[in-house]
Amino acid sequence: MWRFIGSRLLQAIPVLFVVITLTFFLVRFAPGGPFSSEKSVVPEVKRALEAQYHLDQPLIVQYGSYLNDIAHGNFGPSFKYPGRSVNELIAAGLPATAELGFYALFVSVIVGMAAGIIAALNQNTWRDHVPMAAAMLGICMPAFLLGPLMVLVFGLWLEWLPVSGWGEVPGDKILPSLTLGAAYAAYVARLTRSGMLEVLSQDYIRTARAKGLPEYVVVMKHALRGGVIPVVSFLGPAFAGLLSGSFVVETIFQVPGLGRFFVQAAFNRDYTLILGSTVFFAVLIVVFNLLSDVLAAWLNPRLRNGLSNP
Amino acid sequence: MPLLEVNHLSVSFHTRHGVVKAVNNISFSLEPGQTLGIVGESGSGKSVCCYALLGLLPSPPARIDSGSALFSDTNLLNCSESELRLIRGNKIAMIFQDPMTSLNPFMRIGEQMIEPLMYHRKISHRDARAHAIALLEEVGIRNPTYTIDSYPHEFSGGMRQRVMIAMALIAEPQLLIADEPTTALDVTVQRQILELINELRRKHNLAVIFISHDLGVIADIADQVLVMKAGYKVEQGSVHSLFTNPSDGYTKQLLAAIPRGSKSVPDRSTDSTLLQVQNLTTRFKLYDRGQRNEFIAVDNVGFSLYRGEVLGLVGESGSGKSTLGRSLLNLIPPSSGSIVFDGDQIVGKNSNQMKPWRRRMQMIFQDPYASLNPRMTIYDTLAEPLILHGLASKQSVEMQVLKLMDDVGLARAYIRKYPHEFSGGQRQRIAIGRAIATKPEFVIADEPVSALDVTIQKQILELLLFLVERHNLSMLFISHDLAVVRFLCDRIMVMQHGRIVETAATETMWSSPHHDYTRKLLSSTASPLILNQ
Repeated sequence: MWRFIGSRLLQAIPVLFVVITLTFFLVRFAPGGPFSSEKSVVPEVKRALEAQYHLDQPLIVQYGSYLNDIAHGNFGPSFKYPGRSVNELIAAGLPATAELGFYALFVSVIVGMAAGIIAALNQNTWRDHVPMAAAMLGICMPAFLLGPLMVLVFGLWLEWLPVSGWGEVPGDKILPSLTLGAAYAAYVARLTRSGMLEVLSQDYIRTARAKGLPEYVVVMKHALRGGVIPVVSFLGPAFAGLLSGSFVVETIFQVPGLGRFFVQAAFNRDYTLILGSTVFFAVLIVVFNLLSDVLAAWLNPRLRNGLSNP
Repeated sequence: MPLLEVNHLSVSFHTRHGVVKAVNNISFSLEPGQTLGIVGESGSGKSVCCYALLGLLPSPPARIDSGSALFSDTNLLNCSESELRLIRGNKIAMIFQDPMTSLNPFMRIGEQMIEPLMYHRKISHRDARAHAIALLEEVGIRNPTYTIDSYPHEFSGGMRQRVMIAMALIAEPQLLIADEPTTALDVTVQRQILELINELRRKHNLAVIFISHDLGVIADIADQVLVMKAGYKVEQGSVHSLFTNPSDGYTKQLLAAIPRGSKSVPDRSTDSTLLQVQNLTTRFKLYDRGQRNEFIAVDNVGFSLYRGEVLGLVGESGSGKSTLGRSLLNLIPPSSGSIVFDGDQIVGKNSNQMKPWRRRMQMIFQDPYASLNPRMTIYDTLAEPLILHGLASKQSVEMQVLKLMDDVGLARAYIRKYPHEFSGGQRQRIAIGRAIATKPEFVIADEPVSALDVTIQKQILELLLFLVERHNLSMLFISHDLAVVRFLCDRIMVMQHGRIVETAATETMWSSPHHDYTRKLLSSTASPLILNQ
């Protein structure tokens, strides 16, 4: 198992290298730059700024020194937030984003799995059709529609919950978590349903019933473990996505998270921040894919031998 | 007083396409310590009948229309789900066909085994576990204190079925329902499992309902036999009277379909050798815990095959029979050795270079459900090899396909139909037609009748014999069933652990086997009751 984890982490190094290289050159080839805006800057000032950030050096030299910095865990200074490093910006946005991500994950797992199990146990009845229709709606409805709708209903009409903010008044974390978790819950529900349906038709479920086990034991002990494996493989990358922040949800609810930095960085040609956020996201993807693989192997003993030979 | 008395049981399935009567007016009774064999072909309702007793049929669509099933004064068919749950696994236990899929792959076998005890007896986990270990020992699992914490995939098929049996017996039921428990197992393992069930039945005074499509197995294990066809009872009686003096036509037909006797072998001294195999070895690379290992699937095999000869290849699963077959066709490239086909060396040829030989060497696969492309009509399937090898022009291809269909006994009207519209036997006819379409000289048949019912099996075997004679085909016939091989083959090779351990003319091997393993295979094959008919 440790061998497997170690080798997967080693494999991540070339992946990250390719991601960094591609991103580095792609943003450089995109038209515009951090210091070219509508307002014309005095050429001397622009040159001085470029010199300060080493933008006057040949591209390949900049690339080399950036690699060197990253190897030391330093994402460099932000171009658009003077005096702040990319590390600081990520550290500032991460807590709110991570908290929101955890809540959204919690919502999606609890709601999604419950809906999926109920649907699978009542296949082709209204208890199946209603949750699955809701899940379809959840997948189709974008956050920029669902968010304002939730604000309208729970914030303005019912006046149950605050309409925005993060950690300022009690209950202001509920709506953003629900909004962000809804789409994921919908996916989880559909995956749980199909996974459970598949497992429930297996011979060993018939064996469990033939042993005289109560139905809840058959479902929760014998079927669930195999049924949630597809969900686990989905949640790994999904959680990485949650942790890198949601621009839409964070903007609607005024959450001080990472999402807005990332989007702003792209508009501003803030080279180091774009690169930093991309690398951060790539690392999250690698780590959470690994975690979900380890979790899947823990759930499925037949995979365990396979883990030693990646 | 009988332990179980089933009267006039009728079960139907109510589907979108109408009502299917699966079981019609079936009655039987069973004394403690007795074994009832229920025999019939697939779809005869033999399993439905038993699942209905325990309420294990999915409902809807299943509905029990009438009947009663008295089990020690309780009518099982009137019980509520919670009353039935107290009987299932407790007083009546079941084992199933496929021990690979019938055990939960996500749970240690100990955890699964003790469940019936935990839920029915309310005993402590530790006592249940001790009980399970003792029972594993009794069913012949070595070192049970250690293996009880293994997962199912760590056991072989036969061992898993032993675990299933131990799990079924753990709460000391009075009745064991065994649904084709040996069908997925090798013959020698099947023999062991049958002996185990018999021994446990005597020891625990257990009543057994044994469902099987295999008359040989039923002859070995049952006291009473019930023959079913299409949901109806055909015949019922003691095993001896049924096998020695069957009264119903269908029973006679079933018994007649058991392959027996041997083929008369013509003199081959004037025939030329078609295939000469020497020192053939096929290895697979294995990656286990980071270390490279090799698995030798075919180990230094040599034999020759005459024109027009049918050579049987027998052995158990994992012995390397199928790999040998595929290596001969270069579908799995051999690691070393030589295969000379009609004077030409084919080892080392790439797939392009193989093309002219592909026409002359063909293969028939075991599972006609999986080996035909479901999106191609019979016409497409049969015309493809003809066109690919340039054997037919656009004008003549339809005529040739129709002729092929005549050859393998398929009605010409079926030409535009898809595989799913056919029964298993008909599909195997399509697969045979595809194999002989290119007029090959050599055909490898890899367990072509193993997935078929016994009456269909007989028809397919007769078709193969007819085709071999008509086209002077040479055939390598791979099978685990010695009776089938004897019926069809001139000579037999016995394979074990990748090696050929014995090669002999069919009747010589049948009457005086040399190798221990051949003897073991032969003694596991057929019941004396059937052989001495």
